[in-house]
Amino acid sequence: MQPIIEIRNLSKTYAGGFQALKDVNLEIREGEILALLGPNGAGKTTLISIVCGIVNATAGSVTVGGHDIVRDFRKTRALIGLVPQELTTDAFETVWDTVSFSRGLFGKPKNPAHVEQVLKSLTLWDKRKQKIMTLSGGMKRRLMIAKALSHEPRILFLDEPTAGVDVELRREMWELVRELRKTGVTIILTTHYIEEAEEMADRVAVINKGEIILVEDKAELMRKLGKKRLTLHLQEPLKKIPKGLSGNGLALSEDGFELTYEYDTRAERIGVTQLLADLNAAGVRLKDLGTEQSSLEDIFVDLVRNGR
Amino acid sequence: MNLYAIKAIYAFEMARTGRTLMQSILSPVISTSLYFIVFGAAIGSRIETIGGVSYGAFIVPGLIMLMLLTQSISNASFGIYFPKFTGTIYELHSAPVSFIEVVISYVGAAATKSVIIGLIILATAAFFTPLRIEHPLLMVLFLLLTAVTFSLFGFIIGIWADNFEKLQVIPLLVVTPLTFLGGAFYSIDMLPEFWRNLSLANPVVYLISGFRYSFYGAGDVHILVSLGMVAAFLAACLFTVWLIFRTGWRLKT
Ligand SMILES: Nc1ncnc2c1ncn2[C@@H]1O[C@H](COP(=O)(O)OP(=O)(O)O)[C@@H](O)[C@H]1O
Ligand SMILES: [Mg+2]
Repeated sequence: MQPIIEIRNLSKTYAGGFQALKDVNLEIREGEILALLGPNGAGKTTLISIVCGIVNATAGSVTVGGHDIVRDFRKTRALIGLVPQELTTDAFETVWDTVSFSRGLFGKPKNPAHVEQVLKSLTLWDKRKQKIMTLSGGMKRRLMIAKALSHEPRILFLDEPTAGVDVELRREMWELVRELRKTGVTIILTTHYIEEAEEMADRVAVINKGEIILVEDKAELMRKLGKKRLTLHLQEPLKKIPKGLSGNGLALSEDGFELTYEYDTRAERIGVTQLLADLNAAGVRLKDLGTEQSSLEDIFVDLVRNGR
Repeated sequence: MNLYAIKAIYAFEMARTGRTLMQSILSPVISTSLYFIVFGAAIGSRIETIGGVSYGAFIVPGLIMLMLLTQSISNASFGIYFPKFTGTIYELHSAPVSFIEVVISYVGAAATKSVIIGLIILATAAFFTPLRIEHPLLMVLFLLLTAVTFSLFGFIIGIWADNFEKLQVIPLLVVTPLTFLGGAFYSIDMLPEFWRNLSLANPVVYLISGFRYSFYGAGDVHILVSLGMVAAFLAACLFTVWLIFRTGWRLKT
């Protein structure tokens, strides 16, 4: 299947000479949730701003739904809804007016039923007659989503949707994103919260210093790059790690009741069997044991630290 | 053409006018009335008629032009500058609208508003002095041409300005002096020859003269010269807008 967005050799150098994107290649599949994960200043906003038409690329090309974003900008932009990072709204317009305005701007005839449905899904219906400036920060963020959805886009960009948002609203937004995906909307969200990528995404693209370091199915990523931690709960406390066992990723807790062993699931020999045999030989008795998968966060820190 | 977008922006801008009705309409009406009281009644009673027209009636076309110019420029420049300032311009950039549609809707709304103000001032003036309009169609043509031309000019200023100071500087330092020296309150025939010739370099003279001709059938310069000057200025503004469009100047990073 043809990707809904195809980014080819995209570079951006800002007027000051700063290169924010370096030869970026990325394909986004129809109907997926892609998380663009990277630290502040990585180039996430620049990348989506180019796709949406807000920033001009220095080199490279982008197609959306098979159309070039420069030559066929009317077709590509009509497919896209954008929720920018900053809360930028008018102040004196009403909620209803500003959402209807967005719909018109994107070339769609009036459709009060759709606007009503969008406002209701974002719990803004009661506020429809209020001026924007009377809304709280969380409401404004929802309003920006409503504006982006007003013209029934097939692709939704969310630039750091949950930055500075309280837990409840974050859950609501995640819920909304899942609902949208069910209707076939492709969603690209940028974030520097690993938790968010982990919770939401089908695929994760990691960007750092203007370069895409890796693109991977989230599950695959976890499997391939994930570290696991084995925790051993002991019957008797240990004063120190027995000789012959130390020095291979083993750590003892303060109270001496817990031994933890970190291992890389990518490694050919992970050594768990050997470790257990050695412990047995040393006369260490176990009460219980458990393993836990390391989070995307650890993977991410690893990747960024190692450059590529 | 994205007609829905043009409609949406136009309606948005007109709603903005509606919200600031006091400031948009009342203030020009009040200042015009003050001009009438000061110039028309107080001073005008001591001035003889100019070309057979009482001084109070003589200054009406000039006053309307004065307001039309300043209103067109300030409405259009503010209209496009404000989204840049607040950041809401992102939506315009990300929407399937071309620059031409943006120009049509912002300039259209600004011109509409200043024409309305012009007509309101005309109605206000009728309270103070008996009016006569010899060439109503020409009058309307001048009104529209001037409103559109200077709204375009204001739009260009709004694109160019990247702070509030720049937004104000041209209207304040260039346009206001030119309109005051453009024969709104006097006929340039009343000036010594040197100043009269210098005045001919002032484009506003042609606007006011032409507009006055449509009222009283006489102006400082020939009506066709006036029309030609307005057309030339309109062409210059259209060309500048076209250049902005072609080069993307100051539109996007
Ligand atoms: N308009 C601009 N002019 C110059 N540099 C910019 C501009 N916008 C962003 N940058 C720089 O480009 C880099 C990437 O920015 P951005 O895309 O906003 O990153 P992110 O969204 O990942 O935090 C940053 O170093 C930022 O300072
Ligand atoms: Mg950003």
